[in-house]
Amino acid sequence: MNTVRIPTPMRKLTNDQELVQAAGANIGELIDDLEKSFPGIKERLCDQQGNVRRFVNIFLNDEDIRFLDDKGTALKEGDEVSIVPAIAGG
Amino acid sequence: MAACRCFQIVIWIFLGGGKTNAMDKNLSPYFTHLKCRECGRKYPKEAVHVCDFDFGPLEAAYDYDAIRAVLTREVIQSRPESMWRYRELLPIDGEPTVGTQVGFTPLVKADRLARRLGVRELYIKNDTVNYPTLSFKDRVVSVALSRAREMGFKVVACASTGNLANSVAANAASAGLKSYVLIPADLEQGKVLGSLVYGTNVIGIHGAYDQVNRLCSEIAGKYGWGFVNVNLRPYYAEGSKSMGYEIAEQLGWKLPRHTVVPMASGSLLTKISKAYTEFQKLGLLDAGERYTIHGAQASGCAPISGAFKRGTDIVKPVQKPDTIAKSLAIGTPADGYYAIHVMRETGGAAEDATDEEIIAGIRLLAESEGIFAETAGGVTVACAQKLIEAGKIPKEESVVLCITGNGLKTQEAILGKCGEARLIKPSLREFEELIAGEVTV
Repeated sequence: MNTVRIPTPMRKLTNDQELVQAAGANIGELIDDLEKSFPGIKERLCDQQGNVRRFVNIFLNDEDIRFLDDKGTALKEGDEVSIVPAIAGG
Repeated sequence: MAACRCFQIVIWIFLGGGKTNAMDKNLSPYFTHLKCRECGRKYPKEAVHVCDFDFGPLEAAYDYDAIRAVLTREVIQSRPESMWRYRELLPIDGEPTVGTQVGFTPLVKADRLARRLGVRELYIKNDTVNYPTLSFKDRVVSVALSRAREMGFKVVACASTGNLANSVAANAASAGLKSYVLIPADLEQGKVLGSLVYGTNVIGIHGAYDQVNRLCSEIAGKYGWGFVNVNLRPYYAEGSKSMGYEIAEQLGWKLPRHTVVPMASGSLLTKISKAYTEFQKLGLLDAGERYTIHGAQASGCAPISGAFKRGTDIVKPVQKPDTIAKSLAIGTPADGYYAIHVMRETGGAAEDATDEEIIAGIRLLAESEGIFAETAGGVTVACAQKLIEAGKIPKEESVVLCITGNGLKTQEAILGKCGEARLIKPSLREFEELIAGEVTV
């Protein structure tokens, strides 16, 4: 299992939980697993083509998955995944 | 579910927002709500910055018919010379309470620089002398903190590459607000000291700006603080429009044909375009007047310029920015996508400059116009030079360069690159030997 950090705008879907558990061999599978526990979350994270939305950043531990293998980024037991809105700063 | 959310929001707005604090007693008839820039969903005027549905940015929305009825050139010109002379177009409910003297910086006709760059009509929008902290960030902070006070925040904060930290620290001090500024640990000394002096809490993060930014997003979700460029970002970002309004007014209610804007997140560029468009929409400018906006980045961190040049709007993040222009070193620019679209839609271009070119740009501006800009100013001048040389800015058309910060804050970047003082004893003989052949008495 992996711990997933949920940002404030998405916590309505996770019953206000900041940290939730989900499993998967990679980020794509983890998102599918999140969807099973929290219906509607995948639609928030991914566009109609299944790609991570433009304004969503996903970090595996401290690394942006766009610098890894995007949704194909492999996960191992105990990894922490953070979902962070991209619109900030500047 | 989405429809249900929209319905709730409409009811919320209709009922006046649910809160019973001071702001409800003085709701702006002009600034009406927040709106998702991606899907158009409406949100109440709260401390929220992204859409629940698609994480798109929320932006301030206005009743332009109501503004058109009250805001004329005469009304604007009758007001004090600050950014708040355009108050109906800025997203607060009551009167501004923080930074009331910010803005209306000089628009300098730069004839000597124009000759050096080979253009006929060139102006510098000189925010190196913005009040109180010598950068355009005073504009955005003035709005963000005025709004923060209306919302009842006691602690304000930011993620910053330096200038924003200075401005939050200074303006929070003057407003009596507690502040935290989070910065990359390796910023220029002038920017670190330029925050510390105001008694703020400076937190240096071992990491690049994007890591600071991510941390701030997480902190903002956990603490009830007003993060000017996170949960207050829809208000903050609108402050940048004032630079565009001022340019148009100072040019005699005309637009420059070309505007060159430095890009970090890309927000300033999009807001200057929004300002020009709003003035046209309100009839303050000729609606048929064309304008073109160009963006400038440092080659060592050019995610927006890179995407523009590749012909795409997919901004590939820069993992490890490597440039002396630290104030522009944002590897994951929040508004990059929108900045690219503004440049394309207005016929503009993106350019980038190496560290060497940035230093040359700082020196060229200083030596020709007497304006000492920080590294971002060097980027803007150097990129403008490239755009002119490439014919993307035709020589006979008017140009404004947005110079956004003061060089006294980034002295390390040019230390030893402008020569050294020549040292002598207090002796007339030594002086005359030194300048022999340089001047005649």
